[in-house]
Amino acid sequence: MSVVKQDRRKERVDRGIKVRTDGVYAVSSWAEITYLLLPRMVLILGLLLAPVVLTAFPYWQRVLSHICVYALLAIGFDFLANFVGLVSLGGGLYIGVGAYIAALLNSHYGLPPYVTVPVATLAGAGLCTVILLPCLPLRGVYFAIVSLMFPLLAPRIIEALDIFGGTDGIVGLDGFPSGWVEQYLMIGCVLIAVFALRRMVTEDVGLVFRGVKDNDQAVKASGIDITTYKALGVFIAAVLGCLAGACLAHIYMWAGISQFGLDYSIIPIAATVVGGGGTLIGAVIGCVILVPISELLRDFGTLRIAVYALILTGFIVYKSEGIMTYVTRKYEQFERWVEI
Amino acid sequence: MEILIYGIINSVQLVLMALGFTLVYGVSRLPNFAHGALYVLAGYMTWLLVNRVGLNYPLSMAVALVLTGLIGAAMYHFILVRVRGMAISEIIASYAIGLAIIEGLRWGGLKGGTFTLPSFVEGSVSLLGVSVDYQRLIVVVAGLILVALLWLFVSGTKLGLGLKGMAQDEQAAMTLGIDSDRMAVVSMAIGSVLAGVAALVLLPLGSIVVEAGYRVLIMAVAVCVVGGLGSWNGAILAAFIIGFAQILTERYLGAHYQIVVALLAIIITLVMRPSGLFGRQKELEERV
Repeated sequence: MSVVKQDRRKERVDRGIKVRTDGVYAVSSWAEITYLLLPRMVLILGLLLAPVVLTAFPYWQRVLSHICVYALLAIGFDFLANFVGLVSLGGGLYIGVGAYIAALLNSHYGLPPYVTVPVATLAGAGLCTVILLPCLPLRGVYFAIVSLMFPLLAPRIIEALDIFGGTDGIVGLDGFPSGWVEQYLMIGCVLIAVFALRRMVTEDVGLVFRGVKDNDQAVKASGIDITTYKALGVFIAAVLGCLAGACLAHIYMWAGISQFGLDYSIIPIAATVVGGGGTLIGAVIGCVILVPISELLRDFGTLRIAVYALILTGFIVYKSEGIMTYVTRKYEQFERWVEI
Repeated sequence: MEILIYGIINSVQLVLMALGFTLVYGVSRLPNFAHGALYVLAGYMTWLLVNRVGLNYPLSMAVALVLTGLIGAAMYHFILVRVRGMAISEIIASYAIGLAIIEGLRWGGLKGGTFTLPSFVEGSVSLLGVSVDYQRLIVVVAGLILVALLWLFVSGTKLGLGLKGMAQDEQAAMTLGIDSDRMAVVSMAIGSVLAGVAALVLLPLGSIVVEAGYRVLIMAVAVCVVGGLGSWNGAILAAFIIGFAQILTERYLGAHYQIVVALLAIIITLVMRPSGLFGRQKELEERV
């Protein structure tokens, strides 16, 4: 009795339809158009219809706004980490800066949300870029370490100087005119951010960004100033983060030091890792999964941070490709065993 | 005079906090972001052993240190070794483990000022006209002993020389038969024990709070970045610079600004001398 053991390996081959839709023949048949549009439409229509579906559950509509806030941050994190090569562990900085600027403009100068949000977005992003500027020559570990410190220090500084309302924060801000405006504004921003960034990273400027990540010496040797590009990358991520922060301040009608909190630093990272780094859409998917979990765990206090930290560790160690990369592979390729 | 004495004490505290972090980074290039969590964990385990299990104080300290070392080693052996060499994943994974420990402890009821460890020796002594309690003197003595022991271990024992070899050139060390994964586990265990020792010596000065986890991590990182990551002499020098700067700010500006000093020190160092005080040219290439 001997069992002949045949060695086999798994082979992955692109599906025919995937190959055809890659080229200019993409619009030659309905099947191919559907193949291309289906995944995109699931995301777009899913997000656009979500507020309508959730009309009966006002609490979950609010959660939807939170998902969008985190999704904006996560897209920024994913872009910065996987396309520019700067791992920023301090997403709370962007949220906090955006929220405080919007709150100050609203409470002190009485400007309405449709002025404060854009101003806070741009001014906040500029401010964050300037704050991070001295750290930009750093790579990898070093940048991560320093970026982690800013959101931990900002509350201490605000407490110490007792500025901007100190530990109480700034209360009594204007809200958005209605829940619908709030949700569709957020959803619109997320969709625009995802698709615009996806387009941008395949353009020339995206190529330079990836060059900075992969081999910055080569980029330097080509006569391109890498610090400018890193600053631009940080600015783009900060625009998304400050936009999220400014909206958050108006959603809660409040800005305070907890907006520099750990939640805003850790969830976007966890979402990106769970959803699949380097895909941008994966970051949104990760938020759609993790933020509701976080809401369900709200009664357990800080246990929820421990829970995502564990989910994050599990994914990064055992399934580092993430959901989006996995699903894309299944959608575009088929697998078969071949004998060798 | 008061500034001098408290400056030295504060600096030695920083040395204690940073020693484990810089050891692990120096040997295995792993930025152990769970360092602060291990610090809090060691303190909390000692408290549990004394107050819940009922062991006597020195014995529970010893048990807690051993457990901390084992937890550190297990963390590396089962989880972090899988992401070895991927800098981003290493940071995120170790930070996530640290967060899970810290926030898990916070949820488990570790909050408020109710958890305290007793001082080793009560009372205080007048030193050159400045009153210093014995615990703070013990901190300084413990710091000196620890640095001396570590130096003897690294330059005297075979295991220590192995660690040193790996810190200098991992591949050359491997060709000489040093198992790099085993050395990394050892370094992580020693680093965790060092975090634990720091906790046991420093915590009697205050109470055990989870926020200390973040504070210790920040201070350890600040000291290591200013001193040049992985460089022990640099770390000790940087601890003294930051330590004295903190005492001076506390004296003339207010205690709130203490932690701002750490950030300023980092930013100034990064702008002026990106590889840190004792960073070498090779490190400069890696980080900038």
